[in-house]
Amino acid sequence: MTIIRHQPEKQAPPDAFSKGRTPTFEESAKESLANSQLRRNLGKATQTIRRKRAVAVAEMPDWEELREAGRALKSRTLRHLDDYLVQLEESVTRAGGQVHWARDAEEANRIIGGIAKSHDAKEVVKVKSIATDETKLNEYLEGEGIAAYETDLAELIIQLAGETSSHILVPAIHKNRSEIRELFMRELGVEDLSDEPPDLANAARLYLRKKFLSAKVGISGANFAVAETGTVCVVESEGNGRMCTTLPPVLVTLMGIEKVIPAWQDYEVFMQLLPRSSTAERMNPYTSFWTGSSQGSGDGPEEFHLVLLDNGRTDVLADEIGRQSLNCIRCSACLNVCPVYERTGGHAYNSVYPGPIGAILTPQLVGIGQSGPDSLPYASSLCGACYEVCPVKINIPQVLIHLRGKIVRHKQDEGGLMGKLDPENVAMQAMGRIFSNRKLYEGAQKAAHIGQWPLAKNGTIHRLPGKLAGWTEARDLKPVPEQTFRDWWKTRGKGSPSNGSSGDGAS
Amino acid sequence: MRVALFITCFNDTLFPETGRATVELLERLGHEVAFPQEQTCCGQMHFNTGYQREAIPLVRRFVEVFGDYDAVVAPSGSCVGMVRELYPMAAELANDKKLLYEVEELGDKVFELSEFLVNKTGVTDVGAYYPHRVTYHPTCHSLRMLKVGDAPLELLRNVRGIDLVELPEAKECCGFGGTFAVKNADTSVAMLGDKLRHVLDTEAEICTAGDNSCLMHIGGGLKRQRAGVRTVHLAEILASTEER
Ligand code: SF4
Repeated sequence: MTIIRHQPEKQAPPDAFSKGRTPTFEESAKESLANSQLRRNLGKATQTIRRKRAVAVAEMPDWEELREAGRALKSRTLRHLDDYLVQLEESVTRAGGQVHWARDAEEANRIIGGIAKSHDAKEVVKVKSIATDETKLNEYLEGEGIAAYETDLAELIIQLAGETSSHILVPAIHKNRSEIRELFMRELGVEDLSDEPPDLANAARLYLRKKFLSAKVGISGANFAVAETGTVCVVESEGNGRMCTTLPPVLVTLMGIEKVIPAWQDYEVFMQLLPRSSTAERMNPYTSFWTGSSQGSGDGPEEFHLVLLDNGRTDVLADEIGRQSLNCIRCSACLNVCPVYERTGGHAYNSVYPGPIGAILTPQLVGIGQSGPDSLPYASSLCGACYEVCPVKINIPQVLIHLRGKIVRHKQDEGGLMGKLDPENVAMQAMGRIFSNRKLYEGAQKAAHIGQWPLAKNGTIHRLPGKLAGWTEARDLKPVPEQTFRDWWKTRGKGSPSNGSSGDGAS
Repeated sequence: MRVALFITCFNDTLFPETGRATVELLERLGHEVAFPQEQTCCGQMHFNTGYQREAIPLVRRFVEVFGDYDAVVAPSGSCVGMVRELYPMAAELANDKKLLYEVEELGDKVFELSEFLVNKTGVTDVGAYYPHRVTYHPTCHSLRMLKVGDAPLELLRNVRGIDLVELPEAKECCGFGGTFAVKNADTSVAMLGDKLRHVLDTEAEICTAGDNSCLMHIGGGLKRQRAGVRTVHLAEILASTEER
């Protein structure tokens, strides 16, 4: 097996965290729903992991208590986030590391690019970090003449394909083995490759090994960082994380400020919750911990930088209902159980954070008032499957509903005349008035029965007009019957005095 | 027990037969049913679609209409879910402490039909007779929001003559989701497709549930396919006897 190409050359398409408008969920979902290969790949993958997770979780007699502990720990930490972050900075500094504070994506990228340049690095190796996808670090570095190599197998696949991740844990979940084989043959110039997982992994290994050994700078994300000791933790499956964080002499970690946990002891809870929720494993294969720099000991990187990223997180924290979104430990269980995600896949969300967590996190991080991200809280039937599995008990349906409210209020209050004349708004206002008055309500019931005659044929409505047409594209509709329940109630009291029921409230 | 029937605007207008069955069933079991005629809509559609300020007057109205009853019963899991789980959120939004107190009080007295029968009054055999092959879809709000558990199935198992068949992947959402079914019609229909496949796999002639909204969606899909399977609300099955 020979590898002939060495440069990632394709750019990922823009998303909610890039500049410019992104399509709405409905627009993008149309495309993914029509892709039968995608539907098959995703359906199979999510159903398998879902079943396995249920088994792994059922083994734990105290699972509900663990979830509650995880939730409580996270919400306490968020309540005192300022204190814990300062404590983290002190601990990391004491251990020979440097801490940088980044207000937004631009600042984070500038800091990381500056560190790479100060070491004359032309290449950096990366271990899966969604935060760097959020800041679009790879594109920034490319502009600065620095090539970033993803070393996680799935991330590499995505990078070679010039796509974006469609899952927070299994970024290439939308691709099957034979698609990956073709990609490697094409992009890495590999000949005679089978579609067996060991062969595919081997091809990636050959490609990446040189990079690990030659790169001067490694870049990672973080699953947790302990305020007490300054210890950063990455949880992974392939060992590439261990290589990235130990081989290059300089290590930079980009971490959202919500990832801090108070004490070592807290791992007891999170290391039980995370692997079972994410990969349905009792323990994941590789868990790396590092504290500061090697300080001359020869163990670990000579230089360690921790970049703490806000990028909208303090705004999320300020929202009483929305702030629980920051509890998230990125296990991806909510994606795997979501019936919407299972069918549309991650790309329909146009965000580095897809699925239920993405639907609540994305609009909060980028701010309300953009059609793409604003469509995400509506990408849910509110079935509640996500809340049921979330290991830190984020009430995702509640946050979805809360955000829908914020979006509508934003449109009504800031949208001027257009916002007020929006057909949905007009209809909702009218219905609100009708439901507030019994006479109007009863009148509307009659009107609905009478008004539907052009639509109803042989006891069925086959086609609805306007915005409601979506209903009748695949579903028939039962017409409004002549007698409402309340009409029946009024007629019955008279004829049958024997029954004990009363029609009180009648006026 | 004296119970107030909260029919829901949806059943009142579109599915009066479910309301009639609920009344007959409750009376057969010895309850006295009241129907406060000032009731309209609980505000679920407004609230869940984001028109939350518009839902607040409907919340107040509900409290006024039903506040004085000892028990309120509705043949709809999702509307009960709205009252019990989301009214407090609406009261918080209205910044009204008194309303918050009232809705929390009221929440404990509002029941979905099957949980009222099984959990509140301890009845699992309602003396029904229904000689049909039936499969049951546990709607998401009944299952995950109200946590009615097996109550509907217990009731169905005791129906004489019924041939009750288990629905594969029953707990998966049917794809209705209120305005989701229209706003994201494509995704909703994709979810429905799988639900219909499972329903058809059971070879049942009837698919039942505790919510007519989900049933309208499932039934609408079945009818469009000329599947020969219809949907019937749980209350109607439980109200059926050999006499009628
Ligand atoms: S929201 Fe909960 S279930 Fe979803 S990824 Fe985050 S921690 Fe996991």
